[in-house]
Amino acid sequence: MKTATFERGVHPNDFKELTASKPVQQARIPKRVVIPLSQHIGAPAKVEVTIGDEVKRNQVIGSPPGFVSAPVHASISGKVVAISEFLHPSGRMVTSVVIESDEKDESITLKENPDFMKLSADEIKTCIKEAGIVGLGGATFPTNVKLSPPKEKTIDTVILNGAECEPYLTADHRLMVERPQDIVAGLKLIMKSVGVNKGFIGIEKNKPDAIEAMKKAAANEPGIEVSPLTVKYPQGAEKMLIKALTGREVPGKGGLPMDVGAVVQNVGTALAIYEAVRFGKPLTERVVTVTGKGVKEPKNLMVRIGTLVSELIEECGGLTENAAKVISGGPMMGFAQWSLDVPVIKGTSGILVQSEDEFVSSEEYSACIRCGRCIDVCPMGLNPSMLSILSEKGHYEDAKAYNLFDCFECGSCAFVCPSKRPMVQFVRLAKSQTKPG
Amino acid sequence: MEAKRDQFIVSVSPHVRDEESVRHIMWSVSAALFPALLASFWFFGPKAIFVTALCIISSVLSEYIFQKALNRKITINDGSAFLTGLLLGMNLPPSLPFYVPIVGSVMAVVIVKQLFGGLGYNIFNPALLGRAFLLITWPKAMTIWSAPTAKLTGLDAVTTATPLGILKEEGVGKLMEEFGTKSDLYMSLLTGERAGSLGETSAILLLLGAAYLLYKKYITWHIPLSFLATVGVLAWVFGGKGTLFTGDPVVHLLSGGLILGAFFMATDYVTCPTIRKGQIIFGIGCGALTMLIRLKGGFPEGVMFAILLMNCFAPLIDRGVKPDLFGAVKEKKK
Ligand code: SF4
Ligand code: SF4
Repeated sequence: MKTATFERGVHPNDFKELTASKPVQQARIPKRVVIPLSQHIGAPAKVEVTIGDEVKRNQVIGSPPGFVSAPVHASISGKVVAISEFLHPSGRMVTSVVIESDEKDESITLKENPDFMKLSADEIKTCIKEAGIVGLGGATFPTNVKLSPPKEKTIDTVILNGAECEPYLTADHRLMVERPQDIVAGLKLIMKSVGVNKGFIGIEKNKPDAIEAMKKAAANEPGIEVSPLTVKYPQGAEKMLIKALTGREVPGKGGLPMDVGAVVQNVGTALAIYEAVRFGKPLTERVVTVTGKGVKEPKNLMVRIGTLVSELIEECGGLTENAAKVISGGPMMGFAQWSLDVPVIKGTSGILVQSEDEFVSSEEYSACIRCGRCIDVCPMGLNPSMLSILSEKGHYEDAKAYNLFDCFECGSCAFVCPSKRPMVQFVRLAKSQTKPG
Repeated sequence: MEAKRDQFIVSVSPHVRDEESVRHIMWSVSAALFPALLASFWFFGPKAIFVTALCIISSVLSEYIFQKALNRKITINDGSAFLTGLLLGMNLPPSLPFYVPIVGSVMAVVIVKQLFGGLGYNIFNPALLGRAFLLITWPKAMTIWSAPTAKLTGLDAVTTATPLGILKEEGVGKLMEEFGTKSDLYMSLLTGERAGSLGETSAILLLLGAAYLLYKKYITWHIPLSFLATVGVLAWVFGGKGTLFTGDPVVHLLSGGLILGAFFMATDYVTCPTIRKGQIIFGIGCGALTMLIRLKGGFPEGVMFAILLMNCFAPLIDRGVKPDLFGAVKEKKK
């Protein structure tokens, strides 16, 4: 099978066999949810409820104060018991609405659109916006904003990202196997909303069942092409995916996919779009892969937004004796968590629990031995060795001359570094001490 | 909620790393040198073993003592001091007074490596600069070559000249006289049955070790290939007597420390450029300087000085050459 790809990159063990063949299972409806008002890039939502309010499922509890933002909805029915700062998977404290369940799980009435393919581009975007959909791959950029490029940019290609290149995660994989028709419908809605008739679905070749299912579902869609991708990290990074499928390179120094006529959406996002447009369903649940050697029974779960990680772990049989590290997201770019008392948010694609023996210390690193391995793998063609050395010495401004701000913190350089240098930490430090441009 | 633990490890992503480590790489390079080292023991006997062991022990010991004395972290486990000692040993003639390898090792590890800040910060290849120092301090002892006749017996009183030495002093005719036919000469060079330093012996076994390093991706082709190709071409063009294009590239490629230098010393991570394109420039520079010294300079062999000179340029090359930036804002080639 010929596969499309980008240059450089790395090959971590994928460990997807832990959950790849496990169908998505509905998680228990939690007794209590913690819903952060900021689960997306952009301004936090403005709270629309007060303590003591009775809310129903799918009801708006926070609304966007500006264009680049997204509403949030109640994911269960019940009573608002607190609105306060709560630990967020990013490690920050974020204002969140806490709802205690009334065990009825009653929804507000949703506006269905049986004739959804007849809607106009603007109507589609309004549905997406009102449903609070953001990039579910982890980037959490508000989707309707991404689908509304400025007039002067012509978009000619929509790419659905089914690469799922992060090791361990299988949420998108399962969706493609189980709901291919709905994903294709979502893709068609995206294509219509930006006025494009060329769509790609890029899937890494290690998911042959997903490729087959998607090919079948898209068989009668001449504008949609299912493209197998080489198994390589970070194949699913937006820029890498565009390069692999269209050969175009998004320009550096802050360039965006729309600069090369492309819009990229995650397959999970496409599904959410379909459900929002067809059934009027806001984004209040998502698939989360709970996995790793630190949990007893890894699973793919359909989880209400706001469910605490501790409940998911419990549902997966609990932690093993030697569980050491809990990561929200995948092992390459996910965030390590202090506590299990953090909620699942819209961008949570997985909860990975590593055991002690998988854990690699990032404290015992040594000097750069200039082996050049990081340069060989950096998908952005940067010189990570130099960036880390300059940052280590505090020469943050000089790091800019080495295109510091083109680094998207994929971690490939740190993955291969024989000196085990915390490259991403060095990059973040330098970025925080200076300004782009 | 029972099974709750709040003592988790928190660190910056990525949370998985591949299994390569500095230590693993250094020991692998040492292992790759082993077959050739054993061959040199065979050819040159116990004295060779003695020289190598002295180098390794004094390298490791001096690193330990230096770090202990300065209260620094002891790094002898990373294998780099061992490798420096081994490489120095392989760059020395087989029979030397005992203090010469010791001085060379201390020089390499303490002055060239540790005083510059330790592994990663040194500008020059420690083993090579150590050897250069010995050559200048004891020029006589450093150029007495034993004939490869010991075969582990220890009867190695005979001294002789290296093939490159003969080539330089007496010309290719004399070289033929010594070795018989052209293919006999090539054979001796390949197997290592000839005079020279320990690591100038068996080209075949060195190449075997190099192939392992290439396969494991511990080194890449960029430096060795550009280095060897430059030597080959220049030897062919300028290496002949009088007329151009009559030189014998094979003799030059297989003689002296070229194979050892091109695959094991010029590729030293710390002292060569990090960017592959720059490494090609580095390799060509090494090759050109080697041939300049071999053909026009005062020494028969130029690999060592060539690499040391290019070491100075490595940081400069790194500054001038950039990797191919993704999405570089430039005209797109269609
Ligand atoms: S983290 Fe940044 S520097 Fe490192 S490989 Fe990824 S893009 Fe390159
Ligand atoms: S991989 Fe690590 S040791 Fe090698 S050049 Fe990059 S930063 Fe330095």
